[in-house]
This record gives sequence, structure tokens and C-alpha cells, in this order.
Amino acid sequence: MEVFVQQLINGLTLGSIYGLIAIGYTMVFGIIGMVNFAHGDVFMVSAFIALIFFLLLTTWLGVSSVAIALLIVLVLAMAMTALWGWTLERLAYRPLRGSFRLAPMISAIGVSIFLSNFVQVAQGARNKAVPPIISDVIVLFERDGYAVALSYKQIIIMAVTTVLLTAFWFVVRKTSLGRAQRACEQDRKMAALLGIDVDRTISLTFVLGAALAAVAGTMYFLYYGVVGFSDGFVPGVKAFTAAVLGGIGSLPGAVLGGLIIGLVETLWSAYFSIEYKDVAAFSILAIVLVFMPSGILGRPEVEKV
Amino acid sequence: MTAYHNAVSPTAAARPSALVQALREGAVAALVMLGLSFPILLFRTDQGPSLQLVLTPRVGLVATLCALAFAARVLVHLNAVRRERAAAARAANARTVAKGAEAAPGAVARIMGTIGVPLFLGMAITFPLLASLAAGSLNGARYWIDLGILILTYVMLGWGLNIVVGLAGLLDLGYVAFYAVGAYTYALLSTTFGLSFWICLPVAGVLAAFWGIILGFPVLRLRGDYLAIVTLAFGEIIRLVLINWVELTNGGAGISSIPRATFFGIPFERGEGGFAATFGLPFNAMHRIVFLYYLILVLALVTNAVTMRLRRLPIGRAWEALREDEIACRSLGINTRNTKLTAFSIGAGFGGFAGAFFAVRQGFVSPESFNFLESAIILSVVVLGGMGSQFGVAIAAVVMVGGPELLRHLTFTKAIFGADFDPNDYRLLIFGLAMVVMMVWRPRGLIAHRDPSIVLKERKAISGSLVKEGNG
Amino acid sequence: MRWENDPILTVEHLRMRFGGLVAVNDLSFKVGRRDVTALIGPNGAGKTTVFNCITGFYKPNEGMLTLRQTDGDAHLLERLPGHRIAQDARVARTFQNIRLFSGMTVLENLLVAQHNTLMQASGFTLAGLFGLPGFRNAEKAAVEKARHWLEKINLIDRADDPAGDLPYGDQRRLEIARAMCTDPVLLCLDEPAAGLNPRESQELNTLLLSVRNDHDTAVLLIEHDMSVVMQISDHVIVLDYGTKIADGTPEEIRNDPRVIAAYLGVDDEEVEQIEAEVGA
Repeated sequence: MEVFVQQLINGLTLGSIYGLIAIGYTMVFGIIGMVNFAHGDVFMVSAFIALIFFLLLTTWLGVSSVAIALLIVLVLAMAMTALWGWTLERLAYRPLRGSFRLAPMISAIGVSIFLSNFVQVAQGARNKAVPPIISDVIVLFERDGYAVALSYKQIIIMAVTTVLLTAFWFVVRKTSLGRAQRACEQDRKMAALLGIDVDRTISLTFVLGAALAAVAGTMYFLYYGVVGFSDGFVPGVKAFTAAVLGGIGSLPGAVLGGLIIGLVETLWSAYFSIEYKDVAAFSILAIVLVFMPSGILGRPEVEKV
Repeated sequence: MTAYHNAVSPTAAARPSALVQALREGAVAALVMLGLSFPILLFRTDQGPSLQLVLTPRVGLVATLCALAFAARVLVHLNAVRRERAAAARAANARTVAKGAEAAPGAVARIMGTIGVPLFLGMAITFPLLASLAAGSLNGARYWIDLGILILTYVMLGWGLNIVVGLAGLLDLGYVAFYAVGAYTYALLSTTFGLSFWICLPVAGVLAAFWGIILGFPVLRLRGDYLAIVTLAFGEIIRLVLINWVELTNGGAGISSIPRATFFGIPFERGEGGFAATFGLPFNAMHRIVFLYYLILVLALVTNAVTMRLRRLPIGRAWEALREDEIACRSLGINTRNTKLTAFSIGAGFGGFAGAFFAVRQGFVSPESFNFLESAIILSVVVLGGMGSQFGVAIAAVVMVGGPELLRHLTFTKAIFGADFDPNDYRLLIFGLAMVVMMVWRPRGLIAHRDPSIVLKERKAISGSLVKEGNG
Repeated sequence: MRWENDPILTVEHLRMRFGGLVAVNDLSFKVGRRDVTALIGPNGAGKTTVFNCITGFYKPNEGMLTLRQTDGDAHLLERLPGHRIAQDARVARTFQNIRLFSGMTVLENLLVAQHNTLMQASGFTLAGLFGLPGFRNAEKAAVEKARHWLEKINLIDRADDPAGDLPYGDQRRLEIARAMCTDPVLLCLDEPAAGLNPRESQELNTLLLSVRNDHDTAVLLIEHDMSVVMQISDHVIVLDYGTKIADGTPEEIRNDPRVIAAYLGVDDEEVEQIEAEVGA
């Protein structure tokens, strides 16, 4: 029971990170029907950006309050990663829009390879570790010598995720950008005829997705305190799994899927085998796609004859 | 802005403003570059003396990159303006020559067909000879022949995957799984049962094809990107199982001392009974390498021959029809699932053959040789070659696999960037960049046209714009 | 009535629902063995849905679709998997938005249609791989059949061109020829005359009559072009809102007030008025 509650907490924390990345996949897939393979690496880049800003603030500029430093890091990482998202869309995907279906996918794989190797070249192949940033915990209850703890980090991650997701939800539901996005999702040509700037809308989708990936990246850095150049791939695939599980194209689905994947991963590690936790995640992906291709909250696809 | 100027006066007034605009665009590009490189390139994180991370600023590097971005953008913009103006002038002068652009690829294709293929084949067959002549001795050519083996392995893998992706239009991102099945089949059978390569080779192919059916059966009704992701997941699952099932596969440490290839039973050894002694040659370790080269060449050519033959059979035509329109196929009574499965498993089988070859060549297999990057490289070889085009795949393999190898030889870069600069570190970086650039440049690959599988009167190449890419 | 005595296809109590929408409701009709049967009705009446049920693209919620061969063999279409309907029951179809293999040549399109015959001849690829004579003869025969149809639809000179390059009218005819290459007993055509000019439309009529007369194939077609329907149909079935509102010879249908009402969209009182006018 205690182990279970502890894993539940850990799983939800991990799941929020996956959920944040998954939104980037789901939005891009919704609007241009493409799996943005490089999104996991954008997330990894953002974690590096967060790390460097954090070091910059604490060691060079002497910001002593960790909370203020983290806040600034979060904002800056979001801005910088958004710029990455914008640039990648502009250079690697936009020229291929409306062309051969495989072309953007191959291009995205190329971007993914480029990004991880770019970071490797720029920052070295070693994992970068910082001392634990915040290590306080709240002990919820204790039984038979096993303490169920909720760390400050976990509270921060869940709180930031909730706040930013709410803000994001507001943007896509209540603003003209969100409306333009949904219009492009339905029918890009018609949207363009009605005066929606499709290019700008798609650009903004990538920017928003990258910004949320940056939130995930910052939280990842805060949680683990270690980042490496190859950290993008596996979380990327898991976040994509989350997006598919929740129903691709559905924003709440992406978050829900993220939480489920996070929980499955931690519970599997705790109760079965930690070695096979990734196999579990990948198997879920395969099983969901085969038996429930429209996911939990997605709309079923009707075959047009 | 541009549109406005062109509309008002396409020649006179646009000239100064074009430059100004180019400069402005360049400035934006430089700013974007600055933003992109600001934290991640400007500061390098290094482990300090007390294991703390310290930041090392690299202002010069970032400034150089920003200047480069500025210059590149200005040039691109000016070039675009010039071309736009030329096009406008042509449009004003006379009817546009639209036919010319159409005819060009056909002509290129014809030249490729008549000269390119025999030339390429001749090169491939005489390559060990050419390489040793160029290097002065057979031993000196070792590096080049090894590179040839590597490229041919990717040619074979590309041809195998081409059946799945190029002909049947099924996007498979986990092809490396079958490569791994083949490699481990040979590694395990030879080390535990002492079976020879020539027995294991067909077994590896059959087992890989069998795995193709097992994995393909549940997932082949998925469409498009979903199929791609599931195959990716399967590829990763197989790799993770290879890592974690230590009792069988020895885990991440891999399987070593796999028996080397023999000349149909005659080992490449010094002394009595060895290859050199049997044929009365002086012993040379290169015999084995040259043999491996011809082995993979033959395997690749067999793959090609079988594929070309299959294309002309009903099954191959059904694959292509499936790529064009699955629903129409069903309405014509084609069992789409079985047809997809045959493509998937035959492609997988060739991957298995290539895997067995990989194991016998290396003498060592470990799960790390079969990661997603390998699948991505093979897929990019197929797509960049032009889906369905056998010759295009071969060229793409040379470019994509051989090209990055050139970096090893750019020793002059050390003179520019300093002694600790190793251009080889940038191999994958450039590889990724090349994938993007090639896609933007030729989204349909190097050879985009399709050759009909049967002809009534006259053979005509089919323009790539009509050929569909499949959605499975 | 011919279709009552010797139906090739009997549709009984067909019902197809999409979510809350009932596209076809309790529909029964018969298609005669030597007939050209037209299925007509306003847009959204459920005609294409009926086609998709017959050809196996949809599985109906309720109902029975029986196809009777000349030798008395019966196939329950609703129980057959999609490709078996073409392969075993020998029902072929065309599509409202043409579905040719546009990147393959005209000839290749017609050979793909003979896939199952050729597949068997190629010993499921093994005999074909070694180029055994049995397969080569079968392939020659397949090319001959394709040539026959290409001559019939006047496309023999374009046999080696990609199907996607053909003009629209030719593509329509090629799709029919492709369906005929599967040797069907029932050919279902979804709006074959859509987008054709009057001359092409006339050629289509000739082609369809020849399909019926020379190839012993029953034709079931959805069509909006009344000149086609009235000229070549032996039997017309009218759908509206997923139910059958009329069924009979073209003559009978022409004068049926309910059909006029469905097409013109009038309410009941006016129907009586119209009935009075046409003298029903």
C-alpha cells in the first residue's frame, strides 16, 4: 500500500512531463497530420537550455533564490525553445508541406538526428549533472519504517504543469489562434479561403508545442538533475505513445495518456522489472494502436470509400 | 512587399529595395541564429575541478555562425529575387517553356538506364582491383574494401526495405529488428551448435521472414504513420529484449568470437588446409576481406534480381497496386492482408540475410548495432533513392553511407580549427542535416520516375508525380 | 417481372446505421440476372451506402444479401470478407471518385484486376519466379483479355501510358474495363456518367449494354443522369431517406408521383395535386 501510494506520486510526476511533451505531438499531428519525430529532441534541447540558464543564473549572476532562478529559467527556456520550434518548422517542414507524405517524416528524422548530435558536439557526450536543486520532502505518512514522501520538486512539477496547461487550454479554446488552429485541422484550404493565415497558424502550433516541451524539459532537469544528449528519444517515443493512447488530436487525451504512461512505467518498475519498463511502454503503444487506434478520447476514423 | 514592388515596377525601382530587403532578412537570420545559439552554443558546460559544472563562453564561435547565417540569408534572398525577376521577364517576353522541365528527368533517366547501371555494376565488380591499384597494394586497400562492404550492406538492406516501403507502400521504421534477428540467428547457432555460415544463412533469412509475419500480422491493418510508429516500437522492443535477456544473448556485452566466414568450408587460415594453401597462394589476411566483399555483392545482387523478378509477377503488381489504392485492390478481390504480409516478410527475409552477413563479417554482435538510427539510415536510403527505384537506392546508399566517411579524410580542417578538431565528430550531425536538405531539394528522391512492369507496345517511364506513396 | 423470377442479387431488410444516423432502413429489392438495374434517389438517400454493403466495404447492421450464381450456388455477401466478394461471389464495382492505380499503366491496371487468376497460375509466385511455361501462357492470356477490353473502350493506343494521365472520361471507361477484367457476374457502378459530356455518355450506354448482352453480366448502377437511367435500365429502384419508395420499369417510375415528390421535395397535399396532374 505504501509502495503503491509512493509510486502513484512518482508516476503522476513523470506522467505530467510526458503529458506536456505529448501535447506537442498531438497538436502538430492534428494540424498537419505529421508525426514530428524531432519533438523528443526539442525537449532534450530545452532541458540543456534550462541547465545552462540555471548555471548562468546561480554561478555567474549570483541569483541566490532558487525559486526566482527556476522561474526565470522556465520563462527563458520556453522562449528559446519556442524559437527552435519556429526555426525547425520554417526550414525543415514548411518547404515540404503539401508534398509527398513521407518527405516531412524523413525530414523530421533528419532533424532529430541533427539535434541530438548538435548537442553532443556543442556540449560533449557526457551526461551533465548538477547537485540536487531542491531536496526537501514532505512525509505524508509512515508505516513499518516505509515513509511515503512527496517532494517539493514533485509539488512544483505538478503545480506548474497544472497552471500552464490551464493557460494553454484557455489559449486554444478561447482565443482566435485556437479557433484558427481548429479550422486548419478541419480543412486547411477552406481555412485559407476564409482569410486564416495558415502558415502563421502552423508556425504558432510548433511554437506552442516547443514551449510546452520546454516546460517539460525544465521540469525534467529539475527532477533528475541530469541531462544528456541522447535523452530525447525515449521520452519522445513515450510521449508519442501517450498522445496515441489518449487519442491523437485530443489535447486532454494527451495529458491523460501521459499520466497513464507515467503510472504504468513507475508501477511496472516497482512491481515487475525495471529493465523491462520501456518494453512495457512500447508494448502498450503497439497494443493500443492495434486494438484501439483512435485512443481513449479520440474520434474514430471512418474509412471513406 | 516583394509582390507590391513587382506589381508596380518589376525592373527599375526594385533594385535598391531588393538589396535593402536582403540585408534586413539577413539581419533577421543573424538574430535568429543568435537566439538559437545563445545558451546552448555560447556556453559550454564542463566538469570543473570539484565536479561542479562550469561554463565556458564561446563568443567567437557564435559570432562566426551569426555572420554565416547573415551572409547565407542575404545570398539566398538576392538569388531568389534575381530568379523571380528572370521568370517575370520570361513570362512577359513569350510563352513559358513548361515542357522543358518535364522532359529533363526523362532524359536523365534514359542516360542512367543505358550507361549508369552497367557502369555502376562494373565499378562494383572490379572495385577491390581498382582500390588495390589505387592504393598500390591489396593490403593498402583494406580501408576502401571495408568501406565497400559497408556500403553494399546498406545497398542490400535498402533493397530489402524497398520491397516494403517502395513497392508495397508500407512505412516500416523497425526494419533493423529483422537485421538483428538475422545477425543473432547466425551468432547463436554458430557459437552454440557450431553450425556453418552456409547453413545459418538461409535459416537466418527464414527466421527473419517468420518474424516479419508474426509482427506484421497484427499491425498491417494500421495506416500511415501509425504503422511507422508501431514498427518503430517493435524494433525497440526487440533491441531491449536483446539487452535484457542476458541468458540467451549475453545482454549488452554482446556475443563475441563468432566463427569467421569460410570459403565454402575452407577456412581463411595460414597453413595446411587454409584457403591460401589450398589454392597455392601466399597467405594474405586480405583474402577473407575480398571474399566478404564479393559475398555481400552477390547477396545484394540476388536481392535485386529477386525483387526485379517479383515486380513483374502478379504479387509484385499487387504490391504496387496496394501502394496506389488499397480500397480499389479490395474491390478487385485482392487479399490485401496477405499481400501486405508477403511484402513485409520477404523484405524482412532479406534483412535477415544481411544480418547474418553482418555477424559473420564482424565476428561480434551486440544490441547497440541495431538501434533506431540504423532503421532511420536504411529508410532514408530508400526514400532518398526514390521509392521503388533499385538504382536510386544504390546511389543513395553510396552518398549517405560513403559520404560521411569522407569526413575522416578532411585532415586540413585541423589546420583551420585547431588540432583537437576532429571532423569525424560531425558525421551524424551532417548526416541529419543532409537528410533534411535532400528532402527539401528532392522530396521524391533521386530517381522519382517509375518503370512499368509490363509493356504492350512502347516502354515509357511514369512521372513520379503520378505515383502514390501508399498510406499503409 | 424478370427480376422477381430470376434475381441474381436479393437484398432483404437491409439496415445500416452510422452512430445515430440510419442511412439505410429496412430496404429490400431484387436485381435481375439479365438486367441493367438503376438505383436512383436524391443526394443522401443512401445509395452509395447500399453499394458499400453489397461490395463488402460496410458490414450491414441487419439484413441479408444473397447472390445467386447461374449454377445455383448462393453467397451471403454480408458474411464474406471484402476481397472474397469480388473473388468468390464475383461482384465487381467502380467508385464515385475514380480509384484507378494512377501511377501504373493502363495495361497494368487491367492485369492487377486479374490478380487471383494469375496468382494461381504463378503457383503463388513460386512457378512464376522461375518463369515456368504455365505461368507465361496465363500471362499471355491475361494480356489478351486486357487487349480485348482496351479495344472495346478505345484505349488500345494508350495501353502503356499511366492511368493518371488519361482524360476524365477515359478514366471512367478504364475503371469499368478494369472491373470487367475480374469476370464479374454483377457489376456495380457508382455514378458512371458523372462528369461525362453527352457524347461520352452515349458511348457509356453502348458499353454498358454490351456488358449486359455480350458478357452475361448484370449491371447495377447509381446514377443521377436520367437520360442514362431511362435509356438503358430495365429496372429502376428509387430510394429516399434510406427506404425504397418505388420499384419498377423506367416507364412506371417516370410516372410515379412519390418519385416526383421525392425529387421535387413537396409536401403531401401537393403530392395529391401532382398525382391528379399526371393522371395517376
